[in-house]
Amino acid sequence: MLSFVCTIVRREILLAARRRGDWLTAQFFFVIVASLFPLGIGAEPETLRAIGPGVVWVAALLAALLSLDRLFADDHRDGALEPLMLAPYPHALLAFGKALAHWIVSGLPLIVIAPVLGLQFDLPPEALLALIASLALGTPILSLLGGIGAALTLGLRGGGVLLALLILPFYVPVLIFGTGAVGGVLAGTGAEANLSLMGALLALTLPLAPWACAQALNVSLE
Amino acid sequence: MPSASRADDALALTAAGLACERGERRLFEGLDFALAAGEALLVVGGNGHGKTSLLRILSGLSLPAAGEVRWRGAPIRAARERYGRAMAYLGHADGLKADLTPLENLRFAAALRGRALDDAAARHALDRVALARCAELPARALSFGQRRRVALAALTLADAALWILDEPLAGLDAQGVGMVQGLLDAHLAAGGLAVVTTHQSLVLDACAPRTLRVGPC
Repeated sequence: MLSFVCTIVRREILLAARRRGDWLTAQFFFVIVASLFPLGIGAEPETLRAIGPGVVWVAALLAALLSLDRLFADDHRDGALEPLMLAPYPHALLAFGKALAHWIVSGLPLIVIAPVLGLQFDLPPEALLALIASLALGTPILSLLGGIGAALTLGLRGGGVLLALLILPFYVPVLIFGTGAVGGVLAGTGAEANLSLMGALLALTLPLAPWACAQALNVSLE
Repeated sequence: MPSASRADDALALTAAGLACERGERRLFEGLDFALAAGEALLVVGGNGHGKTSLLRILSGLSLPAAGEVRWRGAPIRAARERYGRAMAYLGHADGLKADLTPLENLRFAAALRGRALDDAAARHALDRVALARCAELPARALSFGQRRRVALAALTLADAALWILDEPLAGLDAQGVGMVQGLLDAHLAAGGLAVVTTHQSLVLDACAPRTLRVGPC
């Protein structure tokens, strides 16, 4: 079972490495969207600090969405999804492996880049730490929930836009707790409460989302 | 290739009262057959008559509107994981990743079935389908027929008792058609089963394939 998940993760990472252009697009998108705000709003440190956490988090949501619509669609198009679905393992493991690979490929880089972007918004070191911690807890939730949306919109025309409409509302709690954690540090109330809630959300999504994603895949492939 | 479990005399694929609907239209209904070890079933019918739909139902990818498919007496939905190990499906699309080489494609195809595949075995399988010199090229550089051959190589490595093949001869040259017939002969002679659709004639030495016609009733 573990080897099946490892195989899927290794396969996805190898495919991402072969198509580095696609992979870099989402990362550059994240950097550019977050960098446009200081340019548009002006260099007032007070304002930048206030909007910083929100901007970085919204950019992270959009960057995650950008690569999500290809999570199952590529395999669906070239027929590789059929052997994946027929493999002698539970479909939930396939969904979990796909979400884990998506997180490693597109979530982890965001966590590494985010502190640099935070500097643009004049965030103090403690706030940057809270930003990293909230992204570390939050980006896996984005990948797990996004997998459900990607499976539901599989094979539909205009699936990308539909996926965004479908899944962004479910990203709202992650956005609120994520920005709340960084905002709490800036306001001096600390990040613990928001980070705990985010952790609880992750603990809830981790077992449930792969299962829901597997059901969605079965419905989409009927 | 044949494992000890193939000697099991309950080894058979049975379908009872299968029906399939596409939208409002009923493609076929009341389809029954039973297939024992060493037998092949040739599914024939015109375009759009439901050959691919039948194969997808038999593989477990889609659900029949009515009826049931059983593998060794157990419904395939209930015994999905056991069936997944015993069955190999080759659909219209090859399922190859264009960015990976044939070798890597074969290795991942085997790993997804829970089997480790060493380099020599993978190269030998590519050699069998006359693709040994393309082993290191990305699959996107291969022609349609060559990609089809890689998919067939993956099939021979799957160690599956039941092959479900949707148009395995499409896009293959005369030598490739002979090769598929050879592979099927060896598979059936070793006690395997096969369900095949094709528009071309299929000549098998191992046994005369039974024919099943699907179409509007």
